[in-house]
Amino acid sequence: MSSLITRRRLVTASLATAAGVGGIGAAARYNLIPPDYGTLFGAGETLTYASQRLLTSGNALAREFKRSDISKSPVVNGPAPPDEAFLRLAADGFKDWRLQFEGLIERPVSFTLGELRNMPSQSHILLHACEQGWSYIAEWTGVRLAYVLGLAKPKPEARYAVFMPYPNPQQTTGIIRVQFEGIDMADALHPQTILAYGMNNEALPPNFGAPLRLRMSREIGWKNTKYLSRIIVTDRMDLYRKGSGTWYGGI
Amino acid sequence: MRASPTSVFLSPRAPAVPESTEPITGAGPNRTAHSVRHLAVVRVTHWLFATGVLGLIASGSGILISHPRFYWGETGAVGTPSLIDLPLPMIIGPSVWNRPIHFFFAWLLVLGGLAYVIGGLATQHLRRDLLPAKADLSWRPILSVIWDHVRWKRTGADEAWTYNVVQRLTYLVVLFVLFPGIVWTGLAMSFAVTSVFPFLVTLLGGHQSARTLHFVFASLLLIFFIVHMAMLVLVGFRSHVQAMITGRVPGGRSTK
Repeated sequence: MSSLITRRRLVTASLATAAGVGGIGAAARYNLIPPDYGTLFGAGETLTYASQRLLTSGNALAREFKRSDISKSPVVNGPAPPDEAFLRLAADGFKDWRLQFEGLIERPVSFTLGELRNMPSQSHILLHACEQGWSYIAEWTGVRLAYVLGLAKPKPEARYAVFMPYPNPQQTTGIIRVQFEGIDMADALHPQTILAYGMNNEALPPNFGAPLRLRMSREIGWKNTKYLSRIIVTDRMDLYRKGSGTWYGGI
Repeated sequence: MRASPTSVFLSPRAPAVPESTEPITGAGPNRTAHSVRHLAVVRVTHWLFATGVLGLIASGSGILISHPRFYWGETGAVGTPSLIDLPLPMIIGPSVWNRPIHFFFAWLLVLGGLAYVIGGLATQHLRRDLLPAKADLSWRPILSVIWDHVRWKRTGADEAWTYNVVQRLTYLVVLFVLFPGIVWTGLAMSFAVTSVFPFLVTLLGGHQSARTLHFVFASLLLIFFIVHMAMLVLVGFRSHVQAMITGRVPGGRSTK
């Protein structure tokens, strides 16, 4: 009896191991493994990321709202950087500001705010929720990230886009505004993912990320980097991600 | 000890699903037919649930404290009317690292729940141990159990081998109302999940309503946990924790 159980256990264990190895291989093949899978809570992060990527593979659109739903006083979370360089740029309407593309791209392009405004624009009325618990509804206007990325022509091995805020991503004062985040291509190419220069039918205010911010419909608030200056296309998220929280931030 | 074809459960390391699920003659839905106090699937998932719920309450408190206010509808923030204002300080920061911890323990709860339902059906645990007998589903037996507890009266030795009607109803509510409720209201706050299943949040009345209901379910689970601990102390902490680990009650059936 005991040898039978042992043999059965052996077979079960071998099958489970084979399934596990095969499963991980398939998961990696279909980009279901997040870059921080090896961290302390990597198991939960990997399960969350893989299951949400499978669930959202059809690129369904997140809920949009009516103009009348727009919140009267949206939350200012991490006001504009007080840096002199930022204030100088803001003073003349970000005329000297440029958005630069770097990394695994065929064409290292950069765009002025005017050039971005002349690209095809789209607007979305979305719910913005912070992981702390508060939320507001606003209308965001901008150019689809997939369109701008298309101009930079990412190389085939590109997996992530990293968003660097102005002026210095290493700056450590405050919590939110210095955050720089990376997203995967699934989020980057989603139809509701835009580089927003307008909010509620006005130019994006300094306190909400002027001159340009990322605005995604399927992610929590802090993933939507404000005060953009550079977008780096990469296949190595570990070169960029800071240590706190998880990379995906989903659920 | 009652002879039983499910004696495979005597081994604490036995597989969750018995080789033979042959029904036991004469075992009604209200009589335990297991030779151990708790089946392996119940013991394993019990500790998964315990770890999950405690981890979720701890990390959830860390998230809660960054904004201890609740709203109804889609939006809410400081400066907008709130539904519940907890008398707690607002401490921003811990939510950043409590979120991944929260999701880690949420997976324990979800995977444990799946294992429990599959194992509970396969071993007939749900039907035998949790489904109350029709005769017990009236006020008299329910009130009598509650009255015994109010008087802090210990149960008889053989009663300890089966769940009474109040236990059965409570566990059913925790397992099939509170657990699904807390998972649903949690998923309803996920933009990725609601992009595929918008009804998860619209049925609840909006994003903030889902968050408020998540807090209500969490509070009910916390109340259950406190009462669960009080009952454990009443009936004997050591022996019952031991039974939930090894499956056996120390000293066999006739003693506690």
